[in-house]
Amino acid sequence: MVEGWRQARWREPLIYELNSVKAKRIGFIIPYADEEEKLVKIVGKPEEKLGTMYRDTPPELPSLSEVEVVRHYVRLTQMSYGVDVGPVPLGSCTMKFNPKICEELASDPRLVNLHPYQDEDTVQGLLEMLYLLERWLAELTGMDRCSLQPPAGAAGELAGALMIKKYHLDRGENRDEMLVPDSAHGTNPASAAMAGFKVVRIPTSEKGTIDLEALRSAVSERTAGLMLTNPNTLGVFEEDILEVAKIVHDVGGLLYYDGANLNAIMGIVRPGDMGFDIVHLNIHKTFAAPHGGGGPGAGVVCAKGELVDYLPRPLIEFDGRKYYWDYTCKKCIGRIRAYYGNIIPLVKAFIYIAMLGPEGLREAALQSVINTNYFIALLKDVQDYALPFDPQRPRKHEVVYTAEPLKKATGVTAEDVAKALLDHGLHAPTIYFPPIVNEALMIEFTESEPRENIEFYAKTLKEIAKMSHESPQRIKSCPHNTSVGRLDMRYANHPKTVTPTYRVYRRRVKGEKLVL
Amino acid sequence: MIHPWVPSANEDDRKYMLKKIGVRTPLDLYRDVPSKLLLDKPPKIGFGKSLSEFEIRRIVESYLRKNKVFLDPPPFMGGGLCFHVVPAAVKYIISRGEFYTAYTPYQPEINQGLLQALFEYQSLIADLFEMDVVNASMYDMSTAVAEAFLMAVRVTKKKKILVPATMHPEHLSVAKTWLFGKGIKIEQISFNSETGEINLMELERKLQSNDVAAVYIENPSSLGFIERNVEAISDLAHKHGALFIAGVDPLSLGLIKPPGRYNADIAVAEGQSLGLGLNYGGPLLGIFAVKWDRRLIRQMPGRLIGLTQTVDGKERGFVMILQTREQHIKREKATSNITTNEALMAIAAAVYLSLLGREGIRKISRIIWLRSHYAAKRLSEIGVRAPYFNNEFFKEFVAVFPVPYRKIHRALLEKNILGGLPLDKWCPWIGPNAALFCVTEAHSMRDIDLLVDVLNEIIGRVK
Repeated sequence: MVEGWRQARWREPLIYELNSVKAKRIGFIIPYADEEEKLVKIVGKPEEKLGTMYRDTPPELPSLSEVEVVRHYVRLTQMSYGVDVGPVPLGSCTMKFNPKICEELASDPRLVNLHPYQDEDTVQGLLEMLYLLERWLAELTGMDRCSLQPPAGAAGELAGALMIKKYHLDRGENRDEMLVPDSAHGTNPASAAMAGFKVVRIPTSEKGTIDLEALRSAVSERTAGLMLTNPNTLGVFEEDILEVAKIVHDVGGLLYYDGANLNAIMGIVRPGDMGFDIVHLNIHKTFAAPHGGGGPGAGVVCAKGELVDYLPRPLIEFDGRKYYWDYTCKKCIGRIRAYYGNIIPLVKAFIYIAMLGPEGLREAALQSVINTNYFIALLKDVQDYALPFDPQRPRKHEVVYTAEPLKKATGVTAEDVAKALLDHGLHAPTIYFPPIVNEALMIEFTESEPRENIEFYAKTLKEIAKMSHESPQRIKSCPHNTSVGRLDMRYANHPKTVTPTYRVYRRRVKGEKLVL
Repeated sequence: MIHPWVPSANEDDRKYMLKKIGVRTPLDLYRDVPSKLLLDKPPKIGFGKSLSEFEIRRIVESYLRKNKVFLDPPPFMGGGLCFHVVPAAVKYIISRGEFYTAYTPYQPEINQGLLQALFEYQSLIADLFEMDVVNASMYDMSTAVAEAFLMAVRVTKKKKILVPATMHPEHLSVAKTWLFGKGIKIEQISFNSETGEINLMELERKLQSNDVAAVYIENPSSLGFIERNVEAISDLAHKHGALFIAGVDPLSLGLIKPPGRYNADIAVAEGQSLGLGLNYGGPLLGIFAVKWDRRLIRQMPGRLIGLTQTVDGKERGFVMILQTREQHIKREKATSNITTNEALMAIAAAVYLSLLGREGIRKISRIIWLRSHYAAKRLSEIGVRAPYFNNEFFKEFVAVFPVPYRKIHRALLEKNILGGLPLDKWCPWIGPNAALFCVTEAHSMRDIDLLVDVLNEIIGRVK
């Protein structure tokens, strides 16, 4: 990393504002369009046949050539920032490098052109890869079977929560409470609520792990299960996990593993051995499929024992001769999305796992943990960022600092620190999460970040702290080196100015009063 | 171990870093893990060792060789996803590392490009649908449908959803899964056996109890026919305090009246046709739009990008808006648990619609209509009942053969043609002789003629 970073600053117009002369241009030639007249002669004119269902005015889309469209979006990419540009140490997001070979092989026409309803004997190669991937993921998690269906982690969680619900109902029990630690990802309580559970919060102890006493007093015959990630969102391993499992299982509850933080332990410890019954995985975190600026990901859900019956269907099977989808669903929760899953990211995970191999996967996990603790060592004597919850304990995939001391001394907040980091060409950590830490800075380098970048990140954080003491206003005015300066969130969300589409913008310009 | 993806796993870096941390081995950092949980050997995954690029390339090749791709002619198979042309520029833009390796733009100032592209996606869909607010994507149409049903229940506080009996069976099954936990009921409305359209009398009767949260229709339906009574259905739903939800095909909207025009409260769609590829069914793109209505917008699921300005008011910018609906803030009170979505697919759709433009969308809708009608006409000339319904249709249509279709389908495969979707399992009431065909801009008249000629020969043989 170098000093003096600058991001492209194009002041790029909206796609609607290009082609200011309003000329008729096209960006894409529709195939065999010369047949149009001939076709009309044979089958007639659609506008006449459609009657009242005919659209009489064309949609307000732009008219642009391919040249203009490509330049526009390339400029937009230049005002964007991902792992290919520099470090993105967003905690709990596991922003590791996305290997280029995975991208190349997963974009093969023999994958992207397959129709999901193609006969199974015409997709045996893909099905075999998916079959192997499922076996590997089951092995890594210590589960019996996995469903590849869920398109993202949250969908995997919803699947898991519904499996828990149905499992209890089938046993004649209407258990309505889902236990969720207060350090959990927001998706856990949200998924539990979508599955119809009442969410019971379990506090975190001073050690940074689930409070066992609170857990003991929370469990009852109403407990359906506990949703937990281990290591947790503080980066701390739940050392009492076997006891936690026992407490929940003893009252008849189930244990759900949120796989968002699996990176630290893959090939080292398995959720199945810890006592978890259901696990979801984030293929786009742990297994290097890209995040795509928000998606697509894939959220495989796995189970063991009798819970396998509840997994979303279809499951991938092999009868010794051919691979096929098994739709048998006696107790299953049904489908969680259409078709089989986000196949392309799953193929990328297949390649990633196969290439790293058994030792390599383990080494990646170890390095991610070394990177976290190396960073902690570099920040050891810094007073402005404190390490809450037992600073002596090693962290795993991530670490959560609080900028509370800095804020008290200078008024500079975690958000200000985040914006100042951007000015150095560094993506900010996850901020204000988990909610149990004030002014939280949640940092996860993954195994991908070279040592020097971790050093540069630590050095920059120290400089920001120093500058905050000298001139807090300078930090509060950041960022300056990004495509735009700090943005007005109040204007963005105000009922009178909130503008979610260009259509709303145009309606306002025409004088309509659109108030939210 | 030295590996290209794990820069500091080499001996030099590792020794230096462990020393600074103050531990001897990496496993010392796992001292808080109960020792009996630590695995004593590496997991049984992959091919037993690390592989180079060249090695994995050969392995993947050996699998891909076993897949059969139909491009000459393109697949005639429908079922919610059809073969469409993907412009090279779309693939190029979404292959740019700045986009595909980015996270959700939580720091807007450093990800303006990504945010603007998503804002443009929302805007282009809003104009295509004539709806005002579009979210930054759902996983696919099935989950967009499920989320629309859940949203209708939140908005109306009622607990029943009415859907057509001809609804896409996978979408229905997904919606049932998603609604199971909350005890929301889905009831099917029968259809006019001649046209496929929803039975209006039955709809009105079922609405009488005033306990319906939403009425859902597909237009075109998953069997291809057009639901022409959209205004009547919309009025009936609204009269009884229910929301009206329309599922549409984006590429039909250059020709067919958009959902905003018939007063849909929520519109959902599958965006796969907008430059995504088939991807063996995933990733796809769930489109979710609502009209300007405070109580609807506040209850929307998913991420929304909005236009704003810099704090000094000098420049325009884009940020995520109305985030207080979302799980990372509202937790169990969030409107949905969705986080990771299909953002990159939404950008693909934005690039696709930008390329297509105002002229292109009209033209492509028209050409798809013409080609699918040409195919149906040609099929009817060889004794196939196509379209099955006596009604207008778009892109997909049901064809009923004089003999069981599965036999015909296998014979087509032997001729390197992927025919229509056998409907015996998908839509059992229609019988074993039926198939769902899909004809798009990708099928030339020659492709269609070839299909018909081969079918004619097969039918003669099978009979």
